[in-house]
Amino acid sequence: MAAASWQLKAARWIRPAAWIGGLVPLFLLVAGVFTGGLGADPIEYVTLRTGFATLLMLMCTLAVTPVRRWTGWNWLAPARRTLGLCAFLYVCLHLATYLVDQGFAWTYIVEDVAERPYVTAGFTAFLLLVPLALTSTKGSIRRLGKRWQKLHRVVYLAAGLGVLHFIWLVKSDLRDPLIFAAVFAVLMALRIPALAGRGKKKSPPGRPAATRRAGTESQEAAAGETRRAVSA
Amino acid sequence: MLIRKPEIPSSEITPERLYLSRRQFIGASAAALAAGTIPAVAACDTADGAARGEAAADGAPQRDELTPLEDVTRYNNFYEFGTDKEDPARNAPRTLRVRPWTVLVDGLCDRPGRYAFDDFVRGTQQVDRTYRLRCVEAWSMVIPWRGIPLRDVVNRARPRAGARFVEFTTLHDPVQMPGQRRAVLNWPYVEGLRMDEAMHPLALLATGLYGRPLPAQNGAPLRLVVPWKYGFKSIKSIVRIRFTDTQPRTAWNVSAPGEYGFYANVNPQVDHPRWSQARERRIGEFRRRPTLMFNGYPEVASLYSGMDLRRNY
Repeated sequence: MAAASWQLKAARWIRPAAWIGGLVPLFLLVAGVFTGGLGADPIEYVTLRTGFATLLMLMCTLAVTPVRRWTGWNWLAPARRTLGLCAFLYVCLHLATYLVDQGFAWTYIVEDVAERPYVTAGFTAFLLLVPLALTSTKGSIRRLGKRWQKLHRVVYLAAGLGVLHFIWLVKSDLRDPLIFAAVFAVLMALRIPALAGRGKKKSPPGRPAATRRAGTESQEAAAGETRRAVSA
Repeated sequence: MLIRKPEIPSSEITPERLYLSRRQFIGASAAALAAGTIPAVAACDTADGAARGEAAADGAPQRDELTPLEDVTRYNNFYEFGTDKEDPARNAPRTLRVRPWTVLVDGLCDRPGRYAFDDFVRGTQQVDRTYRLRCVEAWSMVIPWRGIPLRDVVNRARPRAGARFVEFTTLHDPVQMPGQRRAVLNWPYVEGLRMDEAMHPLALLATGLYGRPLPAQNGAPLRLVVPWKYGFKSIKSIVRIRFTDTQPRTAWNVSAPGEYGFYANVNPQVDHPRWSQARERRIGEFRRRPTLMFNGYPEVASLYSGMDLRRNY
């Protein structure tokens, strides 16, 4: 029961911990503003860092469910929404920086979005993330029911486009974008039922109170994923 | 005020502390311009952008202020030391040994030679030139270089009639250049110019900037500066200059032929396949400014008369 008690504590702290972790890139950027650490081209720097943070947060978001299933630490689940919202925060900052960079010159911006594949991919990914952020509330989860799960699978497409966006914009050093591509590929592979292993079992009929308290768990129920709840 | 008169004696070269106080420098330039005392080349050049109605979106005329030394020396593309902008400043001064340095001159010429760096620059006139540098990534700087005109080096080697191109090669030494341990580009870095481009008075072999020897991250001890072409043409840390009858296989052109041509002239009308070249951000400025044809050096246009610059990008 000792194990269960630390997990109960963890369940209480997971959300604030995810917020703190998710906001680290933002703290670093703000600190950079005050310490002059943004380099010779601050707009480029902020664009790169916010884009990187977006992809990082998306990958963390996508990692929550596989890790939770692997370890049985169901208290991790609420981190998914928090990290997802952080990803959305960074993509908004990223887009805003781009718009500032372009001086809000709409002719150039429209041309970029329409004609430059990496911008098209990135902008599409942003558009796909908007409805996900808007339906991240408990109320939406309740209202949309099974459709919520379907809708939020769009995050796979958005993350894929985000990685493509990164691959398509670098000049010749593909290392960082390919690391993201590899991580993304692994995280997607873990969602194939045969590879997910433990995901085979059908979901238990009742849902223990502890998981319900954890908040966003109802998302998981619809997917019929294994639930090995923390016993209270 | 972008080309300093080449004949300036070294005794009259602007001291570093003057370079460093930009305000004073600009003030002096403006005064000199108003008084009409700027040498002809420079006056033409400065007037050019304004004369053709190049202006920022708010209608203000574009100015070319020197990019601060700090930015010139910490924001570099020099993949031999890493692909982040700060990597060269962090790595190059620690790992690159610029003395002794040997420059090999060979190929189709009557006076080839292997020069120690000091012998290579000796006997050629040292000049100071302030040029715009436009990177293919759509940012730019204004840098006060010191160096020797490339044409003097070419003439000294007595190229044969068959020599149609000059090929430059960067040092290849993964110990001194740790970035070469990864195959980001096909090492060593190679660049090239057509012979008439190399003979153009604007083409410079730089040995210093801001009145000091070239910092390692800027391509010490010897680099090319071809101000009307994208920055990647201005090859750094040169160890070999070769005259050839065939077009050199230049590093970026080999890496992505559809994106980086041999000529790589700055051209706001011909976009990079993946991004626009119409505008650029001058480092230190907030708003993008229009990019100028040939980076604002129209005197090179005759080199390309009759050429389709869209095809020969």
